[in-house]
Amino acid sequence: MFLLETTPDTSGYMILGYSVFFITMTIYIASLYIRNRNLKRDLEMLESIQAEEAKPKKKK
Amino acid sequence: MQPRPIALKILDFVSVILLAISTYLALFFAPTELVMGEVQRVFYFHIGTAWVGLLGFVIAAIAGIAYLVTKNMLWDRFELAAVEVSTVFFFITIALGSIWARPAWNTWWTWDPRLTTAAITELIYVAYFMLRQGIEEPEKRARFGAVYTLLGGISAPITFMVIRLFRSIHPVVIGAANASQEKMSMTSDMKTAFFFALFAFTVIFIDMIWHRLRLSSLEEKVEQLKLNSLM
Repeated sequence: MFLLETTPDTSGYMILGYSVFFITMTIYIASLYIRNRNLKRDLEMLESIQAEEAKPKKKK
Repeated sequence: MQPRPIALKILDFVSVILLAISTYLALFFAPTELVMGEVQRVFYFHIGTAWVGLLGFVIAAIAGIAYLVTKNMLWDRFELAAVEVSTVFFFITIALGSIWARPAWNTWWTWDPRLTTAAITELIYVAYFMLRQGIEEPEKRARFGAVYTLLGGISAPITFMVIRLFRSIHPVVIGAANASQEKMSMTSDMKTAFFFALFAFTVIFIDMIWHRLRLSSLEEKVEQLKLNSLM
């Protein structure tokens, strides 16, 4: 390649490179968002369970 | 969980703007390299992600030392955030390097000293997550993680220095050790795109670390509540 007199057309590799970058970043940011959402759900559920347990039990 | 602080919202916005500008500079502002053609443009993001990747591994090692000294779990969370974000960035570095290598070296991969040490570094930190997954007790997990990142952190300076110490086909961007090494020469517009990418990725890295830290504190809270409900 380095012996060629004209600049080679390597634009396909450039597009591939930037696609890999943006796709990987999108996947990682999505994973942060999904983990955050799931943990918030877990937290709400655990807090509601604890609140239920903390309530004094009514006598029949 | 605390709502997203205003400073983090501003940092998110700034990160997106910086990434957009950096992409513009790399794709349109910097001139086309005559020998390699358009593929040379991946170099700006290749170096940017490599910089924050290796920086994060060193920061994780420092956080590991801080945990071992203070036993404060905040340092463990910081170490985990640094390793996770850096592993993602360093994966991108290796992928972009491989894509650049195909037209430049006529191969996707070769066992050159730089490529080999980079692959080993990435694998070391992938194994870090396996180690953490295998330990349930939080203090023990933090202690093992700290020692591991402390030892793993050595791989970052080795990866950086290897092309300066051994014969390698990988180009040296900053400070070639001798005249026989292939050194990249850049025009002033290329240097603008290059240094802006380094700056942009540093800000994006800080932003992502902050998000990952918030996720870790939420994880810890959920883990604590689960333990309490079992008792």
